[in-house]
Amino acid sequence: MNSSVRKRTPYRIVSAVIMALLAIFFVFPLYWIFTGSVKTAAAINAPAPQWFPMEPTMTNYNKLFSNPALLWLFNTIFIAVVAMAITCLTSAMAGYVLAKKRFYGRALLFTLIVCAMALPKQVILIPLLREMSALRLHDTLWAVILPTVGWPFGVFLMKQFSEGIPTEMLEAARIDGSGEARTFVSIVLPMVKPGIGALAIFTFITVWNDYFMQLIMLNSNTKLTISLGLAQLQAEMATDFGLIMAGASVAAIPILTVFICFQKYFTQGITMGAVKG
Amino acid sequence: MASKRNNGSGGTSHALMVKETISAYLFLLPFLIFFVGFVLIPMVMCLRTSFFDSTMGRADIFVGLQNYVTMWNDEIFRKALLNTVIIVVVAVPTVTAFSLWVASVIYQMGGRLRSFYRCIFYLPVVTGTVAVTVVWKWMFNYYYGLVNYLGKTVGAIENNVNWLGNEKTALWCIILILFTTSIGQPIVLYVSALGNVDPSLVEAAEVDGATNLQTFWRIKWPQVMPTTLYILVITTINSFQCFALIQLLTSGGPNHSTDTIMYYIYYKAFKLFEYGYGNAMGVFLAVVIALFSAVQFLVAGKNNE
Repeated sequence: MNSSVRKRTPYRIVSAVIMALLAIFFVFPLYWIFTGSVKTAAAINAPAPQWFPMEPTMTNYNKLFSNPALLWLFNTIFIAVVAMAITCLTSAMAGYVLAKKRFYGRALLFTLIVCAMALPKQVILIPLLREMSALRLHDTLWAVILPTVGWPFGVFLMKQFSEGIPTEMLEAARIDGSGEARTFVSIVLPMVKPGIGALAIFTFITVWNDYFMQLIMLNSNTKLTISLGLAQLQAEMATDFGLIMAGASVAAIPILTVFICFQKYFTQGITMGAVKG
Repeated sequence: MASKRNNGSGGTSHALMVKETISAYLFLLPFLIFFVGFVLIPMVMCLRTSFFDSTMGRADIFVGLQNYVTMWNDEIFRKALLNTVIIVVVAVPTVTAFSLWVASVIYQMGGRLRSFYRCIFYLPVVTGTVAVTVVWKWMFNYYYGLVNYLGKTVGAIENNVNWLGNEKTALWCIILILFTTSIGQPIVLYVSALGNVDPSLVEAAEVDGATNLQTFWRIKWPQVMPTTLYILVITTINSFQCFALIQLLTSGGPNHSTDTIMYYIYYKAFKLFEYGYGNAMGVFLAVVIALFSAVQFLVAGKNNE
C-alpha cells in the first residue's frame, strides 16, 4: 500500500497542475468576452492586449441596445420557455406509458424513437422549412418551437426515469379505482419530478443554443433570437470587437446563470439520457 | 425490455391489451402529433425530395438518381466530405481520450472540486456556439488577435499569421474550437461511469500489487466500455454535423478549404435554393452516420460478450 501511495503522489501533483491550467484555458474565452465588452476602442485596438480593462466603459452596451437586443433576448426566452413546458408535458406522458404499459406497437414506436435520435437532426431542416412555409409559420417563433418539441430525446429520458416507478403502486391505485389520468397526476408525476427537472433544464439550454434551426426559420429583424442578432452584428461590424463582445455577454449571461443554478439536474439529465448497448 | 413482461396481474388477455392500447395511445397522442408531424414526415420528405429537381416557387420534377450522380461528380462535395472526415477522425478520438483522462483525474477529487471542474469544462457548451465563436474569431484575428500576439511574444511565430484565412491553418482552428465545445458532455458521462466502477474490484487489484495503469486497463476500462461507446457515437454524430463554427468563422473559405458536408448542404439549399440536391446530400450524410453508429454498436456488442 505504502509504495502505491508514494508512486501516485507525483502523478497527482502533475495532473492537478495540468488540470488547473486547463481550467484557465477553458474559462479564458469567457473572461475575454466579459472584459472585452467593457473595454474602450483604444484598449481593444492597442498593439499589446490589455489583460484587464483599465478604464471600463459602458459605450459598447449603449451601442448594443440601440439595436433591438432586448427584443431578441425576449424572443429567445419565449422560445426556450414554451418549448421547455410543452416538451416536459408531452415527454412525461409518453415516457411513462412506454416504461410502464404493454400495448400494441410499443416495440415499433420505441425503435423509431431510438433510430430518430441517432439521425442528424439538421438534415431534416430543408423539408421542415418547406413544411413551415406551407403552414404559414415560417418566420414566426413557433417554427422553432414545434420541431423542438417533436424531437424524441425527452421521451427517452422520461422513459428512463419512469422505469423507477414501482409497478405495485400503479396496481394499488388501479385497484382503488383511480382513473388513468388521476394515477398519472397523483402518482407518476410526483415520482418523476427529478426527471422533469433534468429535462426542463436540458431543453432550455439546447433550445437557447440551437443556432442552425433559428437561422433557417427566422428572418425578420424583430423575430431574431439573441444568437442570430449577435451573428448579424458580427457580419455587419466584424471589427467592432467591443460591441460584439457586449452582444456575446448579453447572449451568454442568462444561459450561464440558468446552468450554474440548476447544474445538478442538468448533470443528471445527461447521465440518464445516455443510450447504452 | 423483455424482462418486464411479467407486468400486470390480469395476464395478457386480448381484451385487456386492447383496452391498455387505447389508453396508452391517449397518453402518447400529444407527443406523437409533434413527432410524426415535425420529425418523421420531414424525414420521409427528405428522402423523397432527393429524387426530385426541387427549388422555390415551382413544382418538383422527378429526376431519379440524378442528384446522387451530380453529388458523386461534384468536386466541392468531395472536398467537403474529405474535410468532414478529417474533422471526425481527429476530433472523435481526441475528445474521447481527453475526456476520459480528465474524468479519471477529477472523479477522485472531493465533491466540490469535482463539480467545479465538471462545470468549467461544460462552460463552452452552455455559453452557446455563437458567443464562443465570436470571441475565438477575435483571438484568431490577423491584426488584433491574442493568438498572434502570444505567438510572437514566446517566439513561436515570426510574423502575424492569418489563422482563419489560410488554407493550411483554418481547418485546424475550427477543430480546436470544436474540441473545446465538445468535451463537456463526455466528461460528465465518464465521471458518472467511473464513479459506478465497483470499488472492491479496484481495491482487490491494488492489494495484489497492480499498478495504476494496470488497474485502469484491466478493471476500469472494460467497465466504462458502454459509456465509451455512447460517447463515440454522439461525438461522431456531432462532428459530422459541424456547421455553425464554419458558417460563422470562415463561410467555408478560403477556396472551400473549410467546407463541411453540413455547411455545403446549407449553402446549396438555403443560399442557392437547390432543395433536391441538398436533400440528396442530407440522405447521404444520414446514411453515413447511421452506418457509423451501427458499426460502433456491433463492435461494442462483441467486446461485451
